[in-house]
Amino acid sequence: MISKEEVQHIAKLARLELTEQETEKMQKDMSAILDYFDVLKKAPKIKSSPVVRTTGLKENATRKDLVVERPASLANNLVGAAPDRKDDYIKVKSIL
Amino acid sequence: MNLLDLTIIELHEGFKKKQFTSTEVTKAYLEQIKKTDGQIGAYLTVTEELALAQAEAADKIIATKKEFPMLCGIPFSVKDLIMVEGQICTAGSKILEKYVAPYDATVIKKLNAQGAVVLGKVNLDEFAMGSSTENSAYKVTKNPHDITRVAGGTSGGSAASVAAKQAVFSLGTDTGGSIRQPASFCGVVGLRTTYGSVSRYGVVADASSLDQVGPIAKTVEDAKIIFEAISGKDAMDATSVDYKFKDINVELKGLKIGVPKEYFAKGIDPKVEKIIREAIKKAQDAGAKIFQISLPSSKYALAAYYIIQTSEASANLARYDGIKYGLSSPAEKLLDVYIKSRGAGFGAEVKRRIMTGTYSLSSGYYDAYYKKAQEVRQLITQDFENAFKKVDVIFAPVSPFPAFKIGENTDNPLAMYLADIYTVSVNLAYLPGLSLPTGKVGKLPVGLQIIGNHFEENKILSVASQMESMLR
Repeated sequence: MISKEEVQHIAKLARLELTEQETEKMQKDMSAILDYFDVLKKAPKIKSSPVVRTTGLKENATRKDLVVERPASLANNLVGAAPDRKDDYIKVKSIL
Repeated sequence: MNLLDLTIIELHEGFKKKQFTSTEVTKAYLEQIKKTDGQIGAYLTVTEELALAQAEAADKIIATKKEFPMLCGIPFSVKDLIMVEGQICTAGSKILEKYVAPYDATVIKKLNAQGAVVLGKVNLDEFAMGSSTENSAYKVTKNPHDITRVAGGTSGGSAASVAAKQAVFSLGTDTGGSIRQPASFCGVVGLRTTYGSVSRYGVVADASSLDQVGPIAKTVEDAKIIFEAISGKDAMDATSVDYKFKDINVELKGLKIGVPKEYFAKGIDPKVEKIIREAIKKAQDAGAKIFQISLPSSKYALAAYYIIQTSEASANLARYDGIKYGLSSPAEKLLDVYIKSRGAGFGAEVKRRIMTGTYSLSSGYYDAYYKKAQEVRQLITQDFENAFKKVDVIFAPVSPFPAFKIGENTDNPLAMYLADIYTVSVNLAYLPGLSLPTGKVGKLPVGLQIIGNHFEENKILSVASQMESMLR
């Protein structure tokens, strides 16, 4: 069973607020899930290090560094989605 | 003639012959949604105004042009993970309850270019995490064949909307079975497409090495038409590849079908197994050669999948911070805005997955979990590579059981994960797979899974189409 402190540490890393009740349930659920993951210990080892392979992508996909004209409405929509704004800027809380 | 029963080609021909208009068909579907969705719960938003405007525009094209695109005037539903400009896109989450899509997803642009009609946005498990659509923050979608049971997930709204005749077709996404499993549970056709074959631009990210958009439809032919329309390279999605669908006809006679023995091991409902075995027998009677094959790493697939999916999702969902968009909980300090917004906005399963993924990636556990899962992914990919040296396609069940009761698995996340046991390997190996309605246990549909090699959707669709005629 993973400890309450460990759940709290992971929640902090994940930037997630958990209530007392959620923390307890998470302890139970994560322990069951992590126990299930133990089946991988029995999996055969592979010789080379794993490579992330995808279909048809033989090299990095890059694009030309060009300015692409997009409608002004798009920028407005994107900024407009922010919960806190001033003019055309997104407002952020002070960090220090 | 009931307009709601017609397939894409039948509608297209009807438009051509002026038997009915797109507006009439669209209105019939909107009416059906009004009549039935109180019970089914497939739709989160019905975009009536947009649908009628698009139908009217399609009718103008149909009236003036001799030839028009196949999907012109065809009404469809969209999983609420795929953005339609100007419409709310919730991803099934409270954190995006009021989020208005700032642009169209590429797949929507492509369908719009043909003149297709958006009926609305349909329900899903929050951020496409689940197997039953019970994790939606809004409602549970019922199975149209038995409303005490789940529609499957995560594209449960998509599958239910097609099964309940509330849309001609739907766009879904499949990260670990999310198109095939609900299609199987609801008795419709669902195609998980090859990784890279369809653009994901404008689709809310779940797990980026697994997610793929695909069609849910009434028939195999409809699925083919939609796949052809939405596939191909997109400059806005660097993982999409240069691909052009080419229709082919593969005869069942002489076709080599692999049947993986690991997919019929303990855990499968004997009634489901019987239906799948009977379908395999029918293919054999039609001249196909059946080979028992082995995918020896299958037993590790589910664990590897849930490590990779949760890890990638935990990184992808870091973007929901209460600052850029979505729900924001007020707090004095920036860090508290993050923590509180995410705590308030995400549901239980999404939190569980973010936690599991963060754990798997965290210092001290990375090698035992994430790295090990990537190694197993390689073994699973090799299993399929070896199989496709011997066979053309693989036949398997989609799910070990038919649609389960609402609430049956909600308290036990691990039991819910087991619903994905026959579908996740396909995603880990970047492959395409289709669910074809094949039989019923009582009134509950059961789908046959047809898996093909990369970019061999054409082969899968041809085989599925012949199976479909035999099973009818």
